[in-house]
Amino acid sequence: MWADAAIAAVKSLVMLLLALNLTVLLLWVERKGSALIQDRIGANRANIFGGILPFNLGIVNTLIADPIKMFTKEDVIPAGADKLLHFFGPFLAVFPVLVTFAAVPFGDVLVIGGREINLQVAELNVGILYVLAMPGLSVYGVVLGGWATNSRWSLLGAIRGSAQMISYEIAMGLGLIGAILVFGTLDLQAIARAQGATIWGVIPAWGIIYQPLGFLIFLVAGIAETKRVPFDLPEGESELTSGYFTEYSGSKQATYMMSDFAEIVVVSALATTLFFGAWQVPYLARDGFHFPGGFALALPQVVVVVMQVASFVLKVLILCCFQILVRWSLPRYRYDQLMDLGWKTLLPLALANVLITAIVIVLAG
Amino acid sequence: MVPTSWYLVLSAVLFAIGAVGVLVRRNIIVVFMAIELMLNAVNLTFVAFARQLGTIDGQVIVFFVMTVAAAEAAVGLAIIIAAFRNRPTVNADELAVLRW
Amino acid sequence: MGPVTFFLLATALVVSALTVVVHPNPVKSAMALVATLFLLAVEFVFLGAHMIAALQVIVYAGAIMVLFLFVIMLLNLSDEEAEARRRGRALFRIGAWIGGGVLAAELAALFLRVPFPAPAAPPAGYGGAESVATALFVDYALPFELTSILLLIAVIGTVVLAQRRAS
Repeated sequence: MWADAAIAAVKSLVMLLLALNLTVLLLWVERKGSALIQDRIGANRANIFGGILPFNLGIVNTLIADPIKMFTKEDVIPAGADKLLHFFGPFLAVFPVLVTFAAVPFGDVLVIGGREINLQVAELNVGILYVLAMPGLSVYGVVLGGWATNSRWSLLGAIRGSAQMISYEIAMGLGLIGAILVFGTLDLQAIARAQGATIWGVIPAWGIIYQPLGFLIFLVAGIAETKRVPFDLPEGESELTSGYFTEYSGSKQATYMMSDFAEIVVVSALATTLFFGAWQVPYLARDGFHFPGGFALALPQVVVVVMQVASFVLKVLILCCFQILVRWSLPRYRYDQLMDLGWKTLLPLALANVLITAIVIVLAG
Repeated sequence: MVPTSWYLVLSAVLFAIGAVGVLVRRNIIVVFMAIELMLNAVNLTFVAFARQLGTIDGQVIVFFVMTVAAAEAAVGLAIIIAAFRNRPTVNADELAVLRW
Repeated sequence: MGPVTFFLLATALVVSALTVVVHPNPVKSAMALVATLFLLAVEFVFLGAHMIAALQVIVYAGAIMVLFLFVIMLLNLSDEEAEARRRGRALFRIGAWIGGGVLAAELAALFLRVPFPAPAAPPAGYGGAESVATALFVDYALPFELTSILLLIAVIGTVVLAQRRAS
């Protein structure tokens, strides 16, 4: 029993560290990546070994100086603000997002000393419902952030933000139903394993081949959930001066920023798990490669597991970078256009997708 | 393993707290929330009995209770908003007449 | 689940339920209700009802309570006035609390008196999506269809009631 508890603790630690490190890494990718896209230098003032490299990677500035600045700033609570709710706002924004990672599998089984360890923190048979439920709770972070600070701009940003989030939650959930119909289960690890099969012996059976429209709907709805550009009117940096987290400073603002990036990682992780084969490397089974021509390459189990975890992290990173690319390329949707997109475009498309998928499945047997 | 009767006692306590909330509070939105609390206590009873009897029917009924509660909450809040437009109060004592 | 976990959870539930009913600020009442609903979802998981627990968080804690908070924020409600509360209603309030206590005590005595046998181990897949869905679409198909009509009526009614008069 103690061995089980220790294994569970180690798995949780690994997943938490994975999520948090990716989040912080994205901070740097965003700052320097956006500078690259916009043909400027970006943050380069804090430089330890000036002149060793011909260019400045900006790591010290973004990952060391900026967080130190944010965490040592004074925590200002506006007069008339509700102290308890002001305190809970950032917590409710970031906690549900990080907890979602518990259901995401980051590898197949790892065999240590005869014991099979499933590389997933929480083995839920209703995994998809869980990952839909938890980001729904992060709406409260937005709502409380706007309300608790007793400020009109924050309240406006909070109302917009929460209306947007609950609208796109529906589209996100419906976009997943197509994938559920194809794989026939709500368990994320079972879906990941099912994507190891091959279509006609050659093409790996990843979710995106079965559900391209579902993937698009899920990705768009996911970007809207995270309130990133082109859907970032609740933050509205040029209009509402940071919207619902205007009145937060210091570590609470850092927590809100972190929840922003953590949600990017969550959406990428879910899209990877359902549509890009999760931890699957094409043609890699538990004992080695099985190429379609008949050629097989045996590999030790640990190497296979390391390759699978690395493939998962790589796919999540690629999708995160794609979302950052989208952010710095597109203009912002106006609020009524945003709500129209959610209700009048994505919702009917998702329903049509479910209908067509169901018909095809019934006809194909 | 916790005996089923303990779950039932817990749901009875929650139901009583909700009932007191309906009687005592004057803000009709808080009265609404106390009604939701009572519905949830009943949900807990259903699920506990489903577990006791080993059938799934209790959970299906909880599904229906949740759906009906959602519909009722939406319509009730819409009524409150509509009433608020004419007489800007949510105090149950002041909303006691059917005319303005 | 052992008795210790149950008592911790039950205490947290009762405390948050009392906060809902007692606290003068409606926003804090709403957040206490969110906490209560979330703790109830945890109870459902312990009772083996995984799908219902997930639905509880998605529907109740994630959607209905957001609606409540929206209305409270839009109507810009402040704390319930304390003086109006104390005026002449004290006797009624004490009576209500005593009545609630008596109700809880009676129900508790009734439930503790019934000799429930130890529940058998549930069948495989109990409380999962498949078993609930099978029962829902096979045995309870008619209530399911009626509920969908009810939801349609509720949506129409809400939109009609809440829209502004064009005047």
